[in-house]
Amino acid sequence: MNRIHVNSTINGDVTEFLCDPGASLLDVLRDTLHLTGSKEGCGSGDCGACTVELDGEMVCSCLVLAAEAEGRTVATIEGVAEGSVLHPVQQKFLEHAALQCGFCTPGFIVAAKSLLDRNPNPTETEVRYWLAGNLCRCTGYDKIVRAVMDAAAELRQERTAA
Amino acid sequence: MNAPEKIETFRHIGTRPVRPDGVDKVTGKALYGTDFKAPGMLWGAILRSPHPHARILSIDTRAAEKLAGVKAVATGKDLPTLESLVMHVGEGASDIVDISHNCLAFDKVLYEGHPVAAVAAITPELAREAAALISVEYEVLPHVLGLEEALADDAPLIREPAKGGTGETPSNVAMDVTMGRGEVEAALSGAAVVVEGRYTMEPVHQGYIEPHACVASWNGDGQAQIWCSSQGHFMVRSLTASVLAIPQSDIRVTPLEIGGGFGGKTTVYLEPVAMILSRKSGRPVRLGMSREDVFRATGPAPGAIIDVRLGADADGTLVAAEVTFKYHSGAFAANDAGAGVSSAIGHYRIANTRVSGIEVLCNRPAAKAYRAPGAPQVNFAVESAMDELAIRLGMDPLELRMKNAARPGDLQTSGLPWGEIGWMQCLEAAKAHPHWSAPLGPNQGRGIAGGYWGNYGGPSTVNLSVAEDGTFTVATGSPDIGGSRASMAIMAAEVLEVPYEQVRCVVADTSSIGLSFVTGGSRTTFATGMATVEAAREVKRLLCERAARTWQVPAQHVEWRDGHAVCTSGERQGSKMSAAQVAGSSLHSGGPVTATSALSAQGWLPGFGFHICDVEVDQETGHVSIVRYTAVQDVGRAIHADYVEGQIQGGVAQGIGWALNETYIYNKDGKLENPGFLDYRMPVASDMPMIDTVMVEVPNPVHPYGVKGVGEVPIVPPLAAVANAVRAATGKRMRSLPMSPDKVHAALHGEG
Repeated sequence: MNRIHVNSTINGDVTEFLCDPGASLLDVLRDTLHLTGSKEGCGSGDCGACTVELDGEMVCSCLVLAAEAEGRTVATIEGVAEGSVLHPVQQKFLEHAALQCGFCTPGFIVAAKSLLDRNPNPTETEVRYWLAGNLCRCTGYDKIVRAVMDAAAELRQERTAA
Repeated sequence: MNAPEKIETFRHIGTRPVRPDGVDKVTGKALYGTDFKAPGMLWGAILRSPHPHARILSIDTRAAEKLAGVKAVATGKDLPTLESLVMHVGEGASDIVDISHNCLAFDKVLYEGHPVAAVAAITPELAREAAALISVEYEVLPHVLGLEEALADDAPLIREPAKGGTGETPSNVAMDVTMGRGEVEAALSGAAVVVEGRYTMEPVHQGYIEPHACVASWNGDGQAQIWCSSQGHFMVRSLTASVLAIPQSDIRVTPLEIGGGFGGKTTVYLEPVAMILSRKSGRPVRLGMSREDVFRATGPAPGAIIDVRLGADADGTLVAAEVTFKYHSGAFAANDAGAGVSSAIGHYRIANTRVSGIEVLCNRPAAKAYRAPGAPQVNFAVESAMDELAIRLGMDPLELRMKNAARPGDLQTSGLPWGEIGWMQCLEAAKAHPHWSAPLGPNQGRGIAGGYWGNYGGPSTVNLSVAEDGTFTVATGSPDIGGSRASMAIMAAEVLEVPYEQVRCVVADTSSIGLSFVTGGSRTTFATGMATVEAAREVKRLLCERAARTWQVPAQHVEWRDGHAVCTSGERQGSKMSAAQVAGSSLHSGGPVTATSALSAQGWLPGFGFHICDVEVDQETGHVSIVRYTAVQDVGRAIHADYVEGQIQGGVAQGIGWALNETYIYNKDGKLENPGFLDYRMPVASDMPMIDTVMVEVPNPVHPYGVKGVGEVPIVPPLAAVANAVRAATGKRMRSLPMSPDKVHAALHGEG
């Protein structure tokens, strides 16, 4: 099988990889590039555990062909923190105990950050509908929604201060 | 309102510190079952049965073996022939022969998705291609899925004869449990009011987001390593060793982070097969499931048919209860009927009771534990019937429950008396909660239900060691699914009177710590917590003893105060040594300071919960929205309050999914039609309101900090709480789950 040579920018790093034409972006992230933070819960775009941003748009990386990343930027959970400094969404997930098993957490954090990048002051309903593509089986979503609302408040405060 | 008699103040118990494994989990660094890779690893694939019931006539693996890059092929013939042996690993018991035949079918396939053969190859694509080249000749047999159909005289037999069958003639009855006392028929015929009804549901899945996965490496000298996520790596070790008939000490199982289990990861599906492939190929082998595999071939909770009769005097005093149920067992014997019987009506004082349940073999995947296994189904029936009884009596449904609620000392269904249960306190807390008296909007209704779960204790081992700088490491054998490392660190820090951050907790592999049962049965904070406290107390004693040696004073002159050894009398009175000072000089005072506690925790107590649910029903579509939800629960004492609330909220969400949407749908050919999250509809964030939790604390006197198990109770009441709310909103009693829009619409508009 002819493999495809792909150039992409992943979490700010210029990255090259070879992939099968049928390989998903998630397969390449996890198995070729060893970025296992994005999880496969279903492989059909229903659970959101593989959520990444592709050119700034939130996508399920299991539904994107790896070859589609050619010339584009990919942002995964591994790039959310700046070095060892957690993003406010990550920090608030910890403070609110918004994770139990933690398997869905990377997808939720990428999705929540994507929401707050667009809408710094979401209502609870907006948070719930934005995150409706991410399944969590442990928490009942209560603490996740609170963490995202609190992270939004903190980000607004940071922006006001800046 | 529920203040304990002795007011205790704690340093850490009940606080909400950040979990020690948290940063790894919010940054994507944590390694789960699906994330681990070993050098030189092969990728496995499993060929599964397309038929729900068939005899395997032959398996031809030659084409697969010839494919370049394929390194091993395995079938059921590669597993040793075993004698029947029931294994106890923490949440139920299973016959090792069943576990083996479920890993790889032997002579028959018993459900669609039953593994038939497996391959290992150098890439996942090749492995899948090779699996597809395996040719299996089947003799298709008649299949049976339904409970009543499987009990019919002419039903196909799943086992010949069924194990533990009740009669002389072989049947599909796999288990039969009855408990009770008194004269039920006489009491029912003398009752002022009797309600009765039949309640039904299909199986539902635990729905953990992480599919099963493992890597196994089995060397020629017989020693092996397994890396996997599970609810208990000692369970993986004992079951895998037993299926393969090898010594347990030859297998070292390293627990990876687990992406949810809820009871569904208390057995092995992949590990013995990966071991066989590894032995054949001489390389580590990874096996994983797709989401479809998870739905088709891992344990759902049983569906059920439940018949209930409740009788009461005119003043609402319950006089008799009869509950008779049938649960799906699936292809192999399961464990839900016993717990179903003991979880049905024990929360009420009733003089005359009879509860009996059977498990029925059928051509579905083997039922597996799901959060309070066996309890939500019967509770749905009983608490719906209680609602109906309250309506018939013209009584407030909460008052009816308070009037009949079991108190400490009252008899359970088994005949044993209840211990220090907090059921009454939950009812009182619910009555006092503003939710109970809040006004409702149009098309809204309020439902309530109460329930309980027995919980468990059992074997746990903890090692607590002191580093040279006076910091502490707690090593347990209990997988951390929802913050237990934080809870163990809290309890150890409480005993040692040191900051929380001075204690770190890890989950050790099977060769590094002693036996611990699965994280299941709501046992970990109770049992592993007890071992943690015991080990911490011993470390504290050792630190005092070392300080006494250093000061050359009698040991009884030294006490541990505020994280320091303090000399309390004699000429060294007032001398202090920190843990760092004692540990730093341990070389000269007796060697490293460490303590192990290995115990089988006894004295666990059940948990009780009481839920209030408001729904709004769309008259046009039949869609039910949950608009407000309050869960009250006796938690004994919350160690990490956030994770206790989280357990309650998560259990409620699963219960709501069970009530409203989740169900297995098979077609007439015995094939699952909804093996994905699109069609198996679990609650998403926009389906849910905030879930208000009220933690009632009636401490367990046996546990050093009063812990009662909390994880399972909260899934028990929601089914009936939602159904009772739908009844209040619409006047319609929904006796069949899920209460999906089509069914509610039909009930509202008189169709079907």
